[in-house]
Amino acid sequence: MTSPALSPLPLRRRRLPRWVPLCHALGALALSAVVVRGTGVGGWVLVGLLAAVLYVAGMHVTTARVAGSRAARDATWRALIHAAFLIAVLPLGSVCWALVSRGVARLDATFFGTSMNNIGPRDPMGGAYHAIIGTLEQVGIATLITVPLGITAAIAIVEYGQSRFANTIRFFVDVMTGIPSIVAGLFVLAFWVLIVYPVFNDGRPGYSGFAAALALSVLMLPTVVRSTEEMLRLVPAPLREGAYALGVPKWKTILRIVLPTAWPGIVTGVMLAVARAAGETAPVLLVAGGTAAINYNPFENNQSSLALFVYSQATDSSRFAPQRAWAAALTLVALVMVLTITAKLLARRNRLAH
Amino acid sequence: MAKRIEAVGVTAYYGSVKVIEDITMVVEPKTVTALIGPSGCGKSTFLRTINRMHEVVPGARVEGELTIDGQNIYDPEVDVTAVRRTIGMVFQRPNPFPTMSIFDNVVAGLRLAGVRKKAVLAEAAERALRAANLWDEVKDRLDKPGASLSGGQQQRLCIARTIAVEPEVVLMDEPCSALDPISTLAIEDLILQLRDRYTILIVTHNMQQAARVSDRTAFFSIERAGEPGRLIEYDDTQKIFSNPREQKTEDYITGRFG
Repeated sequence: MTSPALSPLPLRRRRLPRWVPLCHALGALALSAVVVRGTGVGGWVLVGLLAAVLYVAGMHVTTARVAGSRAARDATWRALIHAAFLIAVLPLGSVCWALVSRGVARLDATFFGTSMNNIGPRDPMGGAYHAIIGTLEQVGIATLITVPLGITAAIAIVEYGQSRFANTIRFFVDVMTGIPSIVAGLFVLAFWVLIVYPVFNDGRPGYSGFAAALALSVLMLPTVVRSTEEMLRLVPAPLREGAYALGVPKWKTILRIVLPTAWPGIVTGVMLAVARAAGETAPVLLVAGGTAAINYNPFENNQSSLALFVYSQATDSSRFAPQRAWAAALTLVALVMVLTITAKLLARRNRLAH
Repeated sequence: MAKRIEAVGVTAYYGSVKVIEDITMVVEPKTVTALIGPSGCGKSTFLRTINRMHEVVPGARVEGELTIDGQNIYDPEVDVTAVRRTIGMVFQRPNPFPTMSIFDNVVAGLRLAGVRKKAVLAEAAERALRAANLWDEVKDRLDKPGASLSGGQQQRLCIARTIAVEPEVVLMDEPCSALDPISTLAIEDLILQLRDRYTILIVTHNMQQAARVSDRTAFFSIERAGEPGRLIEYDDTQKIFSNPREQKTEDYITGRFG
């Protein structure tokens, strides 16, 4: 008679009373406070950390005593996973807190209604209106360029993926993913600002918001292509076959069945690209130049953007500048968030209400 | 206007793998033909060669001749979409388009073929849903998503979608394998009604189903794993299930093999 590989588990086991975790938490906190404060080596952060470690260890020992070692391992791993989650969320929460607490000071009508034109180092007011206009126009134009191009490229890769053409696109998209934003800016500076633009401008090179939009679309394109590609691959093959079997040609199947099915996911990918582009500083500085004044025309003269505004205000010597930089950073994050939420709502409305 | 299907020496490949070899059979108009056989014997592949769905998979190709009322559908001048509109197909798992309502699903084939008039679409939708025995269940919620229906209803929706484009032949690839007995019964009733207007080929693993719904039965089999599937016997359903000519057929039907 050989012994079985697994010993039979008892169906019932003793459970830990509810008050035990709380007692452990309080005890761990008190003990670590005494230790840390007593030795005087650290502050309240260390108290919290030590208390967490003590709590997990104490819970492990107690649970093992009361409910068995398997339950103890389960409880410990659960605690570690929750801790990992908290550690991951902590920086995000910290960033949000810093942005909101320091950004609200200048979040007033002047900030949203005026530019930095004629604002000297001693002037407390000034605003980011010109930068908001610049960001919206540049990112808007970049999106208009990128979305059709990116989706078409993704379709070419996924739906006609066997051809050498598709493989070439895939290769270059992979290469583009690694382009640093400053290189995209330099490319547009050399290609558009210095060579193409002068053709339309009596031979004089010039900055423009459109040049910034071009640089941003170079950065957005790989993200859009890649995410669209993934989303198109997720559309189940039986859907395509169902359409083919109705006598629907391939191109119509793609346009009317595959794309609408993948649409919410594609929008998410586009918004990721928009968020990245809206936060880029270097390419805008290189090819749009930045300005203190309002310029509605993206095709002529310098434009600013919110990211560039943050950069210039953060390095400005005026004592009022840091507040403007924080307010602009908060505005940028809020703008991207509002755009993302709006886009997702619109994409969902296209689907049927259940 | 149901059509006569004639296969002569049809051989199909996935890449370099030969899946079925030398299938020759004639399907008369307005009959129900069941394709039975063990898994992997190529009956689904053969079904998919009939409306040129086999070639949708990259690297798949077909040799031999397949004619619909005398026209070879593998002729280079033949338009694939026209073939598929003439020969509709219902799949193993119901596949309603998830972004479309029940109504839009039914008329999807017509709409994508360019039919715009609302009245025409509405009439076609009602006709197809009635023919698929689904009208009474969905007439009050045509604007709800197709995916909100039960599995059996979804499959009947897919049948309605198929017959809405008025094909001559309907191919069914194990249409009931994902359904419960009651939905299966509903679809079998439907097949018997559709026989009056269409030529129907149905792949099934359920021998009672083949015996219940089909006029003729084709038995496919393979010698051993890796060999291509062949047509072993093709005869009246009555004959196949009571007194088959081949020993292999009898072994399969009586459950001694496969």
